[in-house]
Amino acid sequence: MSSTASAIEVHGLLKSYPNHVAVAGIDLEVRSGEIFALLGPNGAGKTTTVEILEGYRSRDGGSISVLGVDPANTDVRAWRNRIGIVLQSTKDAADLTVEEAISHFAGYYSNPKDVDQVITAVGLSEKRKAKGEQLSGGQRRRLDVALGILGNPELLFLDEPTTGFDPEARRAFWDLIRQLKNDGTTILMTTHYLDEAEALADRLAVMTNGKILEVSTPALLGGRARAKARVSWSENGRSNLEITDSPTQFVNQLSARIGGEIADLSVSRPNLEDIYLEMIGEKV
Amino acid sequence: MSQSKLPSTLKIGISRGFLEIKQFMRQRESVVFTLLFPVLLLLIFGSVFKDEIAPGVTFSQYFVAGMIASGLVNTGFQQLAITIPMERDDGTLKRLRGTPAPASSYFIGKIILVFVSMSIQVILLLIFGVLLYGITLPSDATHWITFIWVMLLGLISSTLLGIAFSSVPKSGRGASAVVSPIVIILQFFSGVFFVFTQLPSWMQNFAAIFPLKWLTQGMRAVFLPDSFAAQEVAGSWELGKIALFLGIWSIAGFFLALKTFRWEK
Repeated sequence: MSSTASAIEVHGLLKSYPNHVAVAGIDLEVRSGEIFALLGPNGAGKTTTVEILEGYRSRDGGSISVLGVDPANTDVRAWRNRIGIVLQSTKDAADLTVEEAISHFAGYYSNPKDVDQVITAVGLSEKRKAKGEQLSGGQRRRLDVALGILGNPELLFLDEPTTGFDPEARRAFWDLIRQLKNDGTTILMTTHYLDEAEALADRLAVMTNGKILEVSTPALLGGRARAKARVSWSENGRSNLEITDSPTQFVNQLSARIGGEIADLSVSRPNLEDIYLEMIGEKV
Repeated sequence: MSQSKLPSTLKIGISRGFLEIKQFMRQRESVVFTLLFPVLLLLIFGSVFKDEIAPGVTFSQYFVAGMIASGLVNTGFQQLAITIPMERDDGTLKRLRGTPAPASSYFIGKIILVFVSMSIQVILLLIFGVLLYGITLPSDATHWITFIWVMLLGLISSTLLGIAFSSVPKSGRGASAVVSPIVIILQFFSGVFFVFTQLPSWMQNFAAIFPLKWLTQGMRAVFLPDSFAAQEVAGSWELGKIALFLGIWSIAGFFLALKTFRWEK
């Protein structure tokens, strides 16, 4: 096995459909062992990009390397044995139980995970005898993830993994993804949830209109770290707001002036969602 | 890192076959419709047409041969041409394509499903035919050998053509409306519901292009007395021609299936 620093390398990727350009020449690198999130509004070209990388679609131009090979030009079985795919909403295998589906698909891989361990890892132990059609949206999604990680993939694709989850299920799911990362799995995910990208991603890219606007980390995206801080507090029954480059200094002065506890004090930077909306709002 | 070996295509195919049978059996309506429908038709036609169509040959005897032949077309061609588009819609095929399982293992699974459900139908038809309508079964090996090769060629051609035709319906929901009329017309034209030689000759000529006519003729060679051969269009069973036509359709089906099979809409 070739061990490269990049799990995925994309140069100048192009994909057009008869009436529009879906992917307009993007460059992208996903490093081995990281969680990389691809963000963008609907129609930005995320799914097309990911499906080209998964070997589902052909491309019109550019070069790609996924785990060291070009999916369009490789021994597909051996390559697919090394990747895991969690597609957007699925409804297949409705008449199979969780256990049946997972044990069946385990038979496709050279080195599958233990069926019971996978069921436990995705939190479906109590539903192992339930059929696909009897699962809730979140449970169904966890079955999809179970089938995606079953083959011990080096690289896992997650397309909108937590759509339809309640907050508790989402937290549990995030723990599962972090566990996979700790085990050495590289993960490329698309998501609509900025808090999810912030919680999970080592790095992320924002895509609109088939182009990548920026590749960064959740903390630095869109100049977030340099953005002015908002300091708000209450004084004499009135709420106040100060937007400043030096919040620490400002709070020190405030504290010296007021003395004691400052009512309703809060210091905040724009959250990832604010930055993201500003980015795509400008460019769309 | 040493990669352990991938499971073979055949191994995955057989495991898919068992899974397909399990899923099929869980859909009660399709079990009843597919497995018992031929028997229901036999009960209806057997009760309506009680005459002999030739000395010592009841219509039921003729009809059982036709129903076995058309069962091959129903379970192979019709069922697959309807269920594969549904599996394309619900993501079954897309998921499979994302795994190391090759397409051929999917096809092997389908062939196993068709073989098992066809075998159950034949057994049910023969049991009811013998018990209720006094149908006689062949007593020598020659006829059973004919039965086996006609069944196998029918199974193969019907399955492959069903996979090939599954690319035609645009969606799973519309598939039945596209596929079922073709099968019903072929059944009428190929001598399943009527004695073939009593059909207008243009119908006979049209039917002779397609496999079902040759399958019914092959099954008549198995289940009707040899004396009846004189009443066939050619005055004989034409076993060689049956093998030739079904063989050509099998090969054509194989290439069509490979060429036209689509994983996604």
